[in-house]
Amino acid sequence: MPTVAPVDVDGFVVRAGFLNGCAYFASGEGGIVLSGTGERTLQPHKAGLLAAEPARDGAALITSGDDGCIYRSGMDGSSELVAERPRKWIDLIASGPSGAVAFASGRTAWVHLADGREKEFAHERAVGGLAFAPKGLRLAVARYDGATLWWAGTDGAPVELSWKGAHLGTSFSPDGKYLVTAMQENALHGWRLTDGQDMRMTGYPAKVKSFSWSVKGRYLATSGANAAILWPFFGKTGPMGQAPLQLGVRADNLVSAIACHPKEEVAAVGYQDGMVLMCRFEDNAEVLLRRPGKGPVSSLGWDETGTRLAFGTETGEAGVISLED
Amino acid sequence: MMSATQDARTQIPVTVLTGYLGAGKTTLLNRILTENHGQRYAVIVNEFGEVGIDNDLLVESDEEIFEMNNGCICCTVRGDLIRTVQNLMKRKGAFDAIIVETTGVADPAPVAQTFFMDDDVRASARLDAVVAVVDARHVLQRLKDTEEAQDQIAFADVILINKTDLVSPEELAAVEARVRSINPYAVLHHSERCGIDIAKVLDRGAFDLDRILSLDPHFLEHGHHADECGPDCDHDHSHDHHDHDHGHHHHHGHDHHHHEDDPHSVKSISLTAGDLNPEMFFAWINQVTQAQGPNILRMKGILAFRDDPQRYVIQGVHMIVEGDHQRDWKADEPRESRLVFIGRDLNWDVLKDSFQACVAQ
Repeated sequence: MPTVAPVDVDGFVVRAGFLNGCAYFASGEGGIVLSGTGERTLQPHKAGLLAAEPARDGAALITSGDDGCIYRSGMDGSSELVAERPRKWIDLIASGPSGAVAFASGRTAWVHLADGREKEFAHERAVGGLAFAPKGLRLAVARYDGATLWWAGTDGAPVELSWKGAHLGTSFSPDGKYLVTAMQENALHGWRLTDGQDMRMTGYPAKVKSFSWSVKGRYLATSGANAAILWPFFGKTGPMGQAPLQLGVRADNLVSAIACHPKEEVAAVGYQDGMVLMCRFEDNAEVLLRRPGKGPVSSLGWDETGTRLAFGTETGEAGVISLED
Repeated sequence: MMSATQDARTQIPVTVLTGYLGAGKTTLLNRILTENHGQRYAVIVNEFGEVGIDNDLLVESDEEIFEMNNGCICCTVRGDLIRTVQNLMKRKGAFDAIIVETTGVADPAPVAQTFFMDDDVRASARLDAVVAVVDARHVLQRLKDTEEAQDQIAFADVILINKTDLVSPEELAAVEARVRSINPYAVLHHSERCGIDIAKVLDRGAFDLDRILSLDPHFLEHGHHADECGPDCDHDHSHDHHDHDHGHHHHHGHDHHHHEDDPHSVKSISLTAGDLNPEMFFAWINQVTQAQGPNILRMKGILAFRDDPQRYVIQGVHMIVEGDHQRDWKADEPRESRLVFIGRDLNWDVLKDSFQACVAQ
């Protein structure tokens, strides 16, 4: 039987997850609640916290806020200022290899390297999302009318990927072959990077705001419908011409957050009413992890072993669900 | 595109301030923020100006027009506002209302449409009113020079004619008549240095279907005697806190208000009829807004449908239309359908005739 251990968070849970076995909950009010052996709250930002992303090395949480600051906070309670853009709201961040951190505000993206060097990438229109490639210092910037692939460590020419419309959150497939963006319209767009082939993934009743790659990158699981929608990315053509899996179908509730299990073909699915289900890809078997609460599930994150799941909601409910006693 | 309204109780109200550079937007904003009203505002500005605004939640937002991939050229939203509102919602407890200050040349339509077309924004925020600040001394010239100045007035729910101390009563009357010729339906106030009771600007519910009570162009009485109004007359004809019993008669047909000089300038039209056939009306309004959406800046209506005991209220921005039943017609209230359009390059006679064709037989 899964058990739920609630954690007190004072606001909208922007991000929940684990680092080195310690659960973290980043709140829109600025606090980062750490829950391991006992609880403590870090408050690196002067005001609100807008985005949080675990560092690639799993040793720290990178956060950005409306104070224009980007902090790197360790699970030991330390916080160190990574970069600052006074008066800007930094609402997009991505963590890359070797301590690189990308962040953006408005039309500009920056990459901060571990040695302190910074590179600026200007775009003609709004930046909507950032992601580092799985290998190399390569940054994808989702923007209006497409995406741009920049080399963050060298001065190589950028690659422009075009598709009309506003592109928001973005992610590379774990094998680096595909780049996927969520759009302002209720759709995903994808590019096969070897040849620039476009892929349209449509049919969502709402915007896709959460996505997660399954183990070995076989599926991309997404929110935005009344079921978790999982697009197959194995085979030569990826999702093209294929129907997605639909897990955890509910008649009257949209999926608001999703996190694939790190080891099994299983996903944790969070809904607008606060319910969390665990769904198996193979047979759509479901296990209830959390009953509906006060607000939409805003973030889900598994620990490294896949035995505990951190969850948070827009209304500040949060906790750790353990699959084992 | 027709949809019912959302539950207003959980949505944060948003006031949009428009007006040409130098008209007094920042002065009004500072008045709102410094007045002791117990409300906490998040303020979205186009740029941090010279005048310091002292507010905890102040964010700069660069205008980003997003076109929607739905084949509709007027279906544009402000991507930067979507992003900023979503960011603000991560601190929902920190403020009670949002004020958006636009640039002097901003098109108000994408700003307004953002609050209807983006589902996430719509779930958390509702447009309360578009407030235009007009510089009494320069507005007539601005209106000759630019379409944006016309659009801002045409689009407004509340118009503040500011800097009235810098013009003569005759000049002020001319300004007011010109403003009224573009938008007879907005609530109009006069001010010096934006000195106005903030309650007349905020919490107007101008897009709230429940608060569309009357669509009378009361300005007519004032418009014809504007020289009798002193600078203190603020012409508050707001339609939400007095009952509709003015006892003057509307003539059926349509009223044109337009500036004769320029055929491309913004005009308003008021269509009236008795009971309508709902099937024919909805088919007609969908067709009109699809075909002429880009030219329709604002639309509002109170409608009587055949065999329907309730008033149906409707409002729109370009191609976006929303409508709902409001309340029963009162016994002493004439069942009358009234629909007003503010727009440019509309064929008013065709509109009038096709509207009349929707009358229930």
